[in-house]
Amino acid sequence: MSLPVGADYLSILRHLVALYDTGVTEGFSRDDVVYVARLARLDLEPSEVDLYAAQLGSILDHVAAVTGLDTTAVPATAHPLELANVLRPDTPGPTLPRDEVLSQAPHAEGGRFRVPPILGEAP
Amino acid sequence: MTENGSAARGWETVVGLEVHCELSTVTKLFCSCPNAFGSEPNTNVCPVCLGLPGSLPVLNARAVEFAMRIGTALGSSVEASVFHRKNYFYPDMPKDYQISQYDAPINVGGHIELADGTLVGIVRAHIEEDTGKTTHVGGGGRIHDADYSLVDYNRAGVPLVEIVSAPDIRSAEQARSYVTELRAILVATGTSDGRMEEGSLRVDANISVRRAGDAEYGTRSEVKNLNSLRSLGRAVDYEAARQIGILEAGGTVAQETRHWNEEEGRTSSLRSKEEAYDYRYFTEPDLVPLVPSAEEVAAVAAALGPLPAARRHRLAELVAADGAPAPVDQLATVVGLGLDDLVAAAAGAGADARLALARASNEAANRPDEARALDPAAFAELVKLEAAGKLSATQSKSVLAAMLEDGGEPAQIATRLGFEALDPAELEAAVDAAIAAHPAEWDRYRQGDAKVAQFLLGAVMRSTRGRANGKAVAALLEARRN
Ligand SMILES: [Zn+2]
Repeated sequence: MSLPVGADYLSILRHLVALYDTGVTEGFSRDDVVYVARLARLDLEPSEVDLYAAQLGSILDHVAAVTGLDTTAVPATAHPLELANVLRPDTPGPTLPRDEVLSQAPHAEGGRFRVPPILGEAP
Repeated sequence: MTENGSAARGWETVVGLEVHCELSTVTKLFCSCPNAFGSEPNTNVCPVCLGLPGSLPVLNARAVEFAMRIGTALGSSVEASVFHRKNYFYPDMPKDYQISQYDAPINVGGHIELADGTLVGIVRAHIEEDTGKTTHVGGGGRIHDADYSLVDYNRAGVPLVEIVSAPDIRSAEQARSYVTELRAILVATGTSDGRMEEGSLRVDANISVRRAGDAEYGTRSEVKNLNSLRSLGRAVDYEAARQIGILEAGGTVAQETRHWNEEEGRTSSLRSKEEAYDYRYFTEPDLVPLVPSAEEVAAVAAALGPLPAARRHRLAELVAADGAPAPVDQLATVVGLGLDDLVAAAAGAGADARLALARASNEAANRPDEARALDPAAFAELVKLEAAGKLSATQSKSVLAAMLEDGGEPAQIATRLGFEALDPAELEAAVDAAIAAHPAEWDRYRQGDAKVAQFLLGAVMRSTRGRANGKAVAALLEARRN
């Protein structure tokens, strides 16, 4: 299975669930693990790739079990809490002292964080 | 290649714009740090906008209200919305993700009416947080050969609304007009200062070309770094010509992101060797959904004043009452700067609306802040003095400049500047003196050389230090000829 570029994880999960529904049970492949690890800048040993493929596969099995439930009477939610519209007034509050902020960084210069040269534009 | 050249060869340019607009709230989107331009680096930061562990975002109520105002002004449907994390590794966001809205944006659909009446569709206008500002040091400031980068997080977390247009724009001129109109709407709704030069308004352009009459769109490129209306217009023309060149040579256009270089006047590919970005969007677990009630949406709509398109229509009616059409550019300038109330008030006080519009769109437009503070009665008086020939156009402009500088009554300023209207005898004497001083030119004028009239008018203006009414001088010269 190859993950569609730009897809969000809910849709990937839905995609996987759909595969289970149609009887495809190959689970989370080694390629999927390698791809997700690269996006997360994780350097995995081959043995770890196998381990996580199996573990993620079992999580997906669990998700697949949910599809067996009858949820037609359950309204869709975007958050586990039954809350909406948590807002704060637009009034300023305290900020952190700059010296304290920059003292936490490996390098600073001219009041700014100094970071290694960046390859490519901001996405 | 000019737009007309490509159109003549059967090509059509297709543009969709993505405009990021910084909201003029007091604080940031998810924390109470000041939202201020020009502060010392990293002084408007806190644990939330620095992404420190354990900090939690709380949504700014005014940012939500501003987003609803923008959506309402664009004719969008204001809907229940959800925040997502957009994940990527780049030091402009210390959290390694940006909080944005993905598949459930607050504003869906709508349109913008351009000054010429064209309708451009709006796909969506969603809320998201701005990123920090990176500066590349060494290697001449270019990204690819920078020695290192410096990051300022004052801008990280500043509230943005990203407004995405449909691909309904067909030329560089329309692209500029769209941004001008959008800026006017943002200023009119009080949601943003709309200053492109300070980065309050940032534009990305999706540009493609196709054969006129084709139903399908061509492959588009996304052009970034458009920091002015001029850059936007030039980039659209350049990119359309580049794509047409490729297609006419039998090639194919690559779908890619390109960077506009204002000095070189061209775009270049930004494609890196890395794979295409996969942002792994997922719902932000630290924020709950935003569900505006019908009452809230109605209240925002009711509080919205008249928008630029409606205000242009009102002003156009006022000016065109004299039988001629109103000048579209002047209407757009005056409404864009919020000077239409001034013109309407002057017309209401009996001044000539067309002349009031002309003065407001030129001299007053140079100093919009002062012009908005002008006493409408004084402005009306100035226009009346000029319309009655008591002030020449040149004198009227000088008096207006003085009014913008210090305020005051136009008649008094005119006296102070020595702009007493010439009495008819004085004017006739000045014209006769000019004729006597330039006999050769006068002969040519009498033989029908119209260009010499300007020269003689200039002579009269010099001798009267600009006090003469140009139309009256022309009439006198004409009378003396016969
Ligand atoms: Zn903050």
